[in-house]
Amino acid sequence: MAKVVVVTSGKGGVGKTTSTAALGAALAQIGQNVVIVDFDVGLRNLDLVMGAERRVVYDFINVTQGIAKLPQALIRDKRLDRLALLAASQTRDKDALTEEGVQRVIGSLRQMFDWVICDSPAGIERGATLAMRYADTAIIVTNPEVSSVRDSDRIIGILDAKTLKAERGERVDKHLLITRYDQARAARGEMLNIDDVLEILSTPLLGIVPDSEEVLRASNLGSPVTLNNPNSGPARAYFDAARRLMGEDIEMTIPTDKQGLFGKLFGRRAA
Amino acid sequence: MAVTSAAQAGQSTRFVCRSYMAMVLTPKPPIVEWVAEIEQKIKSAAHLFIGPPVVLDLAAVKLSQSAIAHLVAQLEERGVRVMGLENADAASTGTGVPPLVRSSRGIGASVDLAQSPSPSPAPAPAPEPRRGVATLLVDKPVRSGQTIFFPDGDVTVLGSVGSGAELIAGGSIHVYGTLRGRVMAGSNGNTRARIFCSKAEAELLAIDGHYLTADMMDKGLRDRAVQAWLDGNAVRVAALD
Ligand SMILES: Nc1ncnc2c1ncn2[C@@H]1O[C@H](COP(=O)(O)OP(=O)(O)OP(=O)(O)O)[C@@H](O)[C@H]1O
Ligand SMILES: [Mg+2]
Repeated sequence: MAKVVVVTSGKGGVGKTTSTAALGAALAQIGQNVVIVDFDVGLRNLDLVMGAERRVVYDFINVTQGIAKLPQALIRDKRLDRLALLAASQTRDKDALTEEGVQRVIGSLRQMFDWVICDSPAGIERGATLAMRYADTAIIVTNPEVSSVRDSDRIIGILDAKTLKAERGERVDKHLLITRYDQARAARGEMLNIDDVLEILSTPLLGIVPDSEEVLRASNLGSPVTLNNPNSGPARAYFDAARRLMGEDIEMTIPTDKQGLFGKLFGRRAA
Repeated sequence: MAVTSAAQAGQSTRFVCRSYMAMVLTPKPPIVEWVAEIEQKIKSAAHLFIGPPVVLDLAAVKLSQSAIAHLVAQLEERGVRVMGLENADAASTGTGVPPLVRSSRGIGASVDLAQSPSPSPAPAPAPEPRRGVATLLVDKPVRSGQTIFFPDGDVTVLGSVGSGAELIAGGSIHVYGTLRGRVMAGSNGNTRARIFCSKAEAELLAIDGHYLTADMMDKGLRDRAVQAWLDGNAVRVAALD
């Protein structure tokens, strides 16, 4: 049965949508059946990053309202047949997504895929709590700067309180994904260092994604970075993170865009 | 009870120092005008608002959770840190808004007596009182945005208290981890309550309403194991190591 993963952060613009697309594609590229689900109602952007915006006929809300059947709303990726997208609604208001509706759809997706990856909206309001509600696993996306780390701390507290698993006394698996890591700025002390972030959040590390223009390039082409340039630093970071999600034990590195060159090695075990 | 008033005639903004020595602001409808008025005040007396934590007394207004969050955000934008809410509906508080607090010794001496008495404070979210147990053991980190309110006794945390998290105890507070948030010990008037932590980076240490903010603390004590206690009206901090 599928694992339901929420990609969340609290703070906006840290790389949730980018990471959802890249991890979803990476998992599909290594043979898993994956659906990525956009919970950001009103800001339909996962479809853009996936280059599927012209193929959206029915959305998540249409399915919860019974206007469309789930298979009609699922958009199969043209490049990866193991990857599907369930788009958010651009037009409907945020409250159209109900807890029962989400539960039903996630329940069905669990039967159809190995991984259900939910792209959460920013914030700690209803949209974010709905996206995490039925998750087994959470990926907390953090940039190495104070306000992002603090919001991540906050979202971890909410994951421990407001998810169905937490309410049942079980635990949501939590992984930290540090994105937009800039080696040069870190060296100048302009960013929090990785150890400080890990100490503050006391959550195991899933990966460190370098800040790279390859991400923007891929996103402009409507392609996840793991597909568009699999050898780029961020792509390799996302592949490693995907393998760690599957339980593999992979040494933690910060891959860089220069081929064959690896960032500083960390003598640390992954999540 | 320490009561100071800076209200001037003709101005509707009221602020009073309650027993925990926090500044209390009382928003009045219409909120937009009230915020504008506060903005003016901040310009003329920034030191009164910026720095010390502020409590919002919501007795005079009825606001939803999102309206409260919005108001708090507006104040924070202007440099006013809201640490707690008084007289708010329990229903309109929760994640995203500061915790409910109440002044432990009542509101007796508030300044504008002309106003109708405010309703009794809404109950704060307290853990189930356990008979005969005066210690609350928290065995995981207290995260930003979370509040632990335990008026019945001591609180012990095995883990860190995050920046933006809040711990309020009737008795002493022990943190076996880094203390980055705000803690208030002796909230029921217990002047003998103390605060202990293995690494001090606290935003606020308060005992029986007397407080120290991060800026007021001796820089040499940061990142060290410390204890804090009350000496008369002053919070004292000393290293444990
Ligand atoms: N590793 C990276 N290197 C460079 N740019 C990046 C990286 N990751 C994300 N970005 C850029 O940062 C911006 C925000 O990313 P993204 O949309 O994924 O964030 P988000 O958390 O989903 O935002 P929101 O909270 O608005 O949904 C985008 O322009 C994206 O291209
Ligand atoms: Mg997004």
